[in-house]
Amino acid sequence: MGIFVDKKTRVVVQGITGRDGSFHARQMKEYGTAVVAGVTPGKGGTGLEGIPIFNSVAEAVEKTRANTSVIYVPASAAVDAIYEAADAGIQVIVCISEGVPANDMLKVYNYLKIKGVRLIGPNCPGVITPGVTKAGIMPGQIHKKGSVGVVSRSGTLTYEIVYNLTAKKIGQSTCIGIGGDPIIGTNFIDCLKEFQDDPQTEAIVVIGEIGGSDEEEAAAFIKKYVTKPVVGFIAGLTAPADKRMGHAGAIISGGTGTAPEKIKAFEAVGVPVAQTPAQVADLVEKKLAALYKKKAAKKVIAKPKPAAKKSVKAKSIIKKAVRKAAPAKKTRAAKPAKVKNSKLKARSKKK
Amino acid sequence: MKIHEYQAREIFASFGIPVPKGKIAFSADEARNLAAEIGRPVMVKAQVHVGGRGKAGGIKYCATPDEAYRNAENIIGMNIKGLIVRKVLVTEATEISHEAYVGIIVDRSAKKPVIMVSAEGGIDIEEVAAKTPEKIHKLHVDPILGIKSYQARQLAYRIYSDPETAKQAAGIIMKLYRCFMEADASLVEINPLVTTPSGNVVALDAKVNLDDNGLYRHPDFEKLRDVAPQEESENEAREAGLSFVGLSGNIGCVVNGAGLAMATMDLVKHYGGEPANFLDIGGSSNPDKVVTAMRIILRDPNVKAILFNIFGGITRCDDVAHGIVKAVSEFRPSVPIVVRLTGTNEAEGRAILAKAQIQSAETMVEVVTKAIALAGVA
Repeated sequence: MGIFVDKKTRVVVQGITGRDGSFHARQMKEYGTAVVAGVTPGKGGTGLEGIPIFNSVAEAVEKTRANTSVIYVPASAAVDAIYEAADAGIQVIVCISEGVPANDMLKVYNYLKIKGVRLIGPNCPGVITPGVTKAGIMPGQIHKKGSVGVVSRSGTLTYEIVYNLTAKKIGQSTCIGIGGDPIIGTNFIDCLKEFQDDPQTEAIVVIGEIGGSDEEEAAAFIKKYVTKPVVGFIAGLTAPADKRMGHAGAIISGGTGTAPEKIKAFEAVGVPVAQTPAQVADLVEKKLAALYKKKAAKKVIAKPKPAAKKSVKAKSIIKKAVRKAAPAKKTRAAKPAKVKNSKLKARSKKK
Repeated sequence: MKIHEYQAREIFASFGIPVPKGKIAFSADEARNLAAEIGRPVMVKAQVHVGGRGKAGGIKYCATPDEAYRNAENIIGMNIKGLIVRKVLVTEATEISHEAYVGIIVDRSAKKPVIMVSAEGGIDIEEVAAKTPEKIHKLHVDPILGIKSYQARQLAYRIYSDPETAKQAAGIIMKLYRCFMEADASLVEINPLVTTPSGNVVALDAKVNLDDNGLYRHPDFEKLRDVAPQEESENEAREAGLSFVGLSGNIGCVVNGAGLAMATMDLVKHYGGEPANFLDIGGSSNPDKVVTAMRIILRDPNVKAILFNIFGGITRCDDVAHGIVKAVSEFRPSVPIVVRLTGTNEAEGRAILAKAQIQSAETMVEVVTKAIALAGVA
């Protein structure tokens, strides 16, 4: 499973003939991603290592059934590329490009919301479901298939933390870099919701940084909705006020958006915050150990409320109890593709 | 990018927002001449990139050109919050019967521009927001539709009861919104927006922060950049495609990626050192960037050791290693250097460093603790 990208992902690379676009198209293909098309206006009809190139995204979608786009065009062309992908029927757009004006992004965000299209980025490394597919620029080999969902505003800091997780043999369900800009398509809450609902994900790592209030909003959401264990990290404790720290969105302004505020918000909802990047993996290890212990203890108690994975694992034991007690609750615990099936089954059984 | 009031008011004027007559002066003599030219009492206003100029004595009323000369003489060279005043704006003094506030910023949570107005202007708006938030009226604009006249009117009537004043203010709000979007601003602010005894509504102050990402669309704005002496390194870094922010510590940091760079600084502090800077060499692995990075850091006399923390993705470790070797042979630094390379072409990179006898470290923690130990500061 994993979130946003999976084995059904069919990638079109916008800007495939550029330096970054061609390099990463190859890298993605090598990783196992179904890179089905490339787009560069004027280069339609040519190809790159067997990947057909089209003049427009609409044509690429029509001919190859691409459903996900990865954008590697210069910042000045990125906004147009996003609109083109959205209007061509692409469902997940990953915009790697850095330097997109924020006021353009305000329009893009609100337009895509109306269209119901998922945008990740801009100014992000993309998204990877290890062992399955990647839509982005992250080095694939540092990842390992597993059950920890990672979401971050950063690129290389995410690699660092993932590298530490993998070194401890803790695999990842999906890793998402949501981007370092002030206005981005997908925020922490969107990812937390998906991870909570994803049966493969057992624990979540949230990597935040100074600027804005995304982390505070994420904390409030975790309290309300997330039952899976979450571990946090916040970069920028030593950052001075009113200075943009590389990322356009990483700025403490008017005294708000500081690291201590964000750490406090996480800790207030029971999310431990690692003091160093390396410590994230230690905290995750502990959380997972506690989770497995709890699960083992609960296997006999058939409690219907907790997350999906539990009911799936404990299925054989609690099967009878669940069937008798509450089919509705069982369907809520299962996940999208499965939900429909089990709902149907439940109904047909009733009939 | 921050710009000065005298530049911001020109942008306002180009969108049709009324501003008082005025010009920039680089000397007391020029200030006197401008005051004489205006022929009426003037204000002399320090032009620096910080707020609180009035409180610091950087804004003065001058009844005569001679008074303008004396005040300008005092203000030019003045230190306001660490910045030296090098020029003053001389504007026609305006009689004030009421002061209001109008500002527009991006609401990052709502993903919309938000217009804020208050009947209490001319004061620190952040203080008003903290102490009496009910005195600030906010309105979110749908960025796709743009601002509608009724929205501007609605806001204007929140702060004015006189229809004629409200009408003028609504017009200014419409223009200010256009200015915000079209100039690619991240903030526009009129504080105060004044009503004169004769009933005119005028922008007495002008503040505009520009989105760096939007500058490519406005080549004219590039010349508005005014680099203070302490920001010269930041500027040099920007021109070389690096992000640099100088700090007061002693461990120089060269990192790829903004998040990792911040985390590296935090780790330096965590282990008892003080970071000397934030520096992100970005995603490309051009060895020349590393040379520029080293030149900028070595300029800081507080630096006692330099660490490199590179996680190769797009960035190739061997390219960075080549850059480090090149920089070391060029500058022959007297401070110790320790390098951590992980990721793409890590082995090649380490071999290059070993050959040049440059110290390396395996992990982020190791590079930080080694650098602190070598600096002898903890």
